[in-house]
Amino acid sequence: MTATGGEAALFWVLAPLMVLAALGLLFVRRAVHAAMCLVFVMVSLAIMYIAQEAAFLGVVQVVVYTGAVMMLFLFVLMLVGVDASDSLTETIKGQRGIGLLLGLGLGIVLAGVVAQAAFPPAAGLGLANEVTNPVGLARILFGDYVLAMEAVGVLLVTAAMGALVLTHRRRLEPRRTQRTMAESRVRALPRGVSLTPQPTPGVYALNNAMDTPALDPAGEPVEASVPRVLRIRGQQRSVGALLESERATVEGE
Amino acid sequence: MDNVIGLAPWLVGFPLLGAAILLLGGKAADRWGHWLGVAASAASGVVGFILLAAMLGLPDDGRVLDHHLWTWLSAGGLDVDLGIRLDPLSVTFVMLVTFVGTLIHVYSVAYMAHDPHRRRFFAYLNLFVAAMLTLVLANSYLLLFVGWEGVGLASYLLIGFWDHERTNAVAAKKAFVMNRVGDMGLIAAMALMFATVGSVSFADVLPAAAGEAGPAGRLEPSTGTWTAIALLLLLAACGKSAQFPLQAWLGDAMAGPTPVSALIHAATMVTAGVYLMVRSATILEAAPTAQLVVVLVGGITLLFGAIVGCAKDDIKKALAASTMSQIGYMMLAAGLGPVGYAFAIFHLLTHGFFKAGLFLGAGSVMHGMDDNVDMRGYGGLSRFLPVTAVTMGLGWLAILGVPPFSGFWSKDRIIEAAFVGEGWQPWVFGTVTLVGAGITAFYMSRLFFMTFAGTRRWDDDHHPHESPFLMTAPMIVLAVGSVALGGLLAIGGTFTTWLEPVTGHVEHHEPVLPVWVITTLTLVLVLGGAALAFLQYAARRVPARAPHGSALTRAARRDLYQDPANEALVMLPGQVLTRTAVYADKAVVDGGWLGLAGSVTRAGDQIRKAQNGYARSYAAMTLAGVLVIAGVAGIAAAVTQ
Amino acid sequence: MEVTNYAVLASVLFAIGATTVLLRRNAIVVFMGVELMLNATNLAFVTFARLHGDLTGQVLAFFVMVVAAAEVVVGLAIIVTIFRTRRSASVDDVNLLKG
Repeated sequence: MTATGGEAALFWVLAPLMVLAALGLLFVRRAVHAAMCLVFVMVSLAIMYIAQEAAFLGVVQVVVYTGAVMMLFLFVLMLVGVDASDSLTETIKGQRGIGLLLGLGLGIVLAGVVAQAAFPPAAGLGLANEVTNPVGLARILFGDYVLAMEAVGVLLVTAAMGALVLTHRRRLEPRRTQRTMAESRVRALPRGVSLTPQPTPGVYALNNAMDTPALDPAGEPVEASVPRVLRIRGQQRSVGALLESERATVEGE
Repeated sequence: MDNVIGLAPWLVGFPLLGAAILLLGGKAADRWGHWLGVAASAASGVVGFILLAAMLGLPDDGRVLDHHLWTWLSAGGLDVDLGIRLDPLSVTFVMLVTFVGTLIHVYSVAYMAHDPHRRRFFAYLNLFVAAMLTLVLANSYLLLFVGWEGVGLASYLLIGFWDHERTNAVAAKKAFVMNRVGDMGLIAAMALMFATVGSVSFADVLPAAAGEAGPAGRLEPSTGTWTAIALLLLLAACGKSAQFPLQAWLGDAMAGPTPVSALIHAATMVTAGVYLMVRSATILEAAPTAQLVVVLVGGITLLFGAIVGCAKDDIKKALAASTMSQIGYMMLAAGLGPVGYAFAIFHLLTHGFFKAGLFLGAGSVMHGMDDNVDMRGYGGLSRFLPVTAVTMGLGWLAILGVPPFSGFWSKDRIIEAAFVGEGWQPWVFGTVTLVGAGITAFYMSRLFFMTFAGTRRWDDDHHPHESPFLMTAPMIVLAVGSVALGGLLAIGGTFTTWLEPVTGHVEHHEPVLPVWVITTLTLVLVLGGAALAFLQYAARRVPARAPHGSALTRAARRDLYQDPANEALVMLPGQVLTRTAVYADKAVVDGGWLGLAGSVTRAGDQIRKAQNGYARSYAAMTLAGVLVIAGVAGIAAAVTQ
Repeated sequence: MEVTNYAVLASVLFAIGATTVLLRRNAIVVFMGVELMLNATNLAFVTFARLHGDLTGQVLAFFVMVVAAAEVVVGLAIIVTIFRTRRSASVDDVNLLKG
């Protein structure tokens, strides 16, 4: 069966791009870029599935592969480090030549087989898809392949469990609870650590920034109310100057 | 008899039990262990005496008893019963072993008093007594072999008792290995017996040799077979009795404590070969050639030992050479046929007494001379060790064959028997025994005079003194035996009659010379030898260092080059053979396999490099494999189309 | 246009995926190569389903997707675990099986 003109156009537009994107997998340095190339190939494949009367698979391809699998890939890439770029210099002696040769050989053999084989005239899926493609698939899946379906379900659950087990981290020290934290603070008292939280910075009519100390009941500034870092850097404001400017503002009205 | 024969197993049982208790008892048994050893041996002797008394009460033709204990092994056509054979021959041995053995046990209590391992020594002595009794009481060659190996083991353990000295350990090993050569003969003989007669028990084999049908009803073995069996048995006897050509170990065996030399290497174990010959008399008679060989072996050893004995300055080695020579007499007698068996055993018995006495005397002298064994360092000791001198003197007179001492009654009969026969043989054998008697007189007198007569040659470091009562008492008892035993048993033919159930009745044969001529000649030669020794070693001053001497003397000092001969004839070819075998093993067998293994290793090393640990490499190989399979499949498809 | 063009495209994609597995060292990219190979087979399945007028090919492609999803979950978990202990995602760093 010969595809229609529209499909041919679609194929000839998509196929070279897909091969290019796939080659990108081979040659781009950054893993993220490779992932994006792969996403492009997968979406293109989804389109091709739909063009080939496999609407359900096309949708599943988008949902499962681009939606779930590739997201998982990207997620792991984020975890490992997006910037981790691959050095393309080869470490195993001769591996690059051998790999390219074998890949080329494989492509030639496979394409050769396909080109050599005598295919029957394409039957098309018009008859099979008469009840719509998902229903046709479902009849086969839950008819002939129901056991395989169940087994695959078990496989998915197992895989999920396996991932949990593999990435599980064993707790090496007791959990820090409110009580242990409180006890540690009490233990730290003799070293001059305050039991209570530090006093908050001062709040004034025109200013409530971190760099202004609070005033104690006697009207003196409290040193500890300004974060230590600011104090070390000498960035705290003096309370006197602040009060002076406030008074000037009030009086200026 | 029936009511006491049940005691027979206890003959072996007592000393075996004693050995077990002493060996397993540990230090706890140190204090009383030696007396337990004495008691075990004495108990065995009491049982032997009871059996002897019971046997004397039996009529002459009822004195051969097979006491079946239980079936030992039953394998295919071979059925061996474990049983005891009681007859005059075995009872004689039992009495000799237990009586002399017990005396030597008592002697050892004092002799080994200061040895830290005295308990072990007594355990080995008991083990030896048990093994020797097993040997003589066995009712089959197989059980005899057990005792045979047992005495070999005990001998090995006792020669090497002081194995902290390397030479002692080497001597023990030498004795053990040379005994093994003889044991091979016994094993081969048993195999031949089983193959031809179908049995190894005395009750089957000996009648078969006499021409009666065997139990398996097999074809009557030919004379050739009997000759082979007899010669193999002779090989065994040569090993155990230190006969030519397996005589080399006996001199070195003197490395053991002196009581061991007295008990094992003079009175009992070395006589096992003679016992085997007399026990197998019927087989020997079926093989005249073998008989002749036995006589020749006996004659050669007789002269060999006598010549070596003349040159030895070591008192124990001189006695060892004498033992070898005297056992040569017994072997010769055993080979003479029915005319000699009784005298072989008779001489064995008297020799057991006087040689044990002589050895114990030598031990006593060594005891008094701080373990110095060089007779050139003795001289004039009779004043310091009077009891030893008297007892040894009586033993000396006995071995010389001076009437009426024991040796006269036994040795003289052997010489007479050697002169019986036709053709050249009586003249040759008679002359050999006569000459041997003369030489014996010379070297034994030499030994006695060098030790007790003449002037003192020891320095002031030594303080000769008489041994304690526990040592002298056994010597006295043995001396009494040396004096009286021969006459007591010989007059009226008591002993020959007693042995008749075993050796058969012998008509009196006339020697080729009149008896009085032989006796006179013997006495003349003995007196001549003794006189010569007196002139040289008592009347004249004995040099403290051995003179250079003639070629024969030098050869005799070196045991007539027996060790170099053994080394050149046996050891060297053996070593060459083993070296060649080792070389062949290394070069061919090892080389082949190691080469194969090496090439596998090298190949593995090469293949290992492919396992570089890189998953991508493995993936590449997988892909290559896929491509190869695809290629092959494609070619196959193209070809089939 | 012949339907078999899809099959040729699938072959090319498969070969590129295999080469990726052989040449890239970043475990995640290697994994992407595996995914590309799986997708290429899926395309072949779909193509042959159409060629034979039989939906079974699509069913198989569906199964491949499910199994691939499970495989990705476990595979990525392994990569994360290795990365945690070795601070590296290079497949060449995991070569303890060296002979």
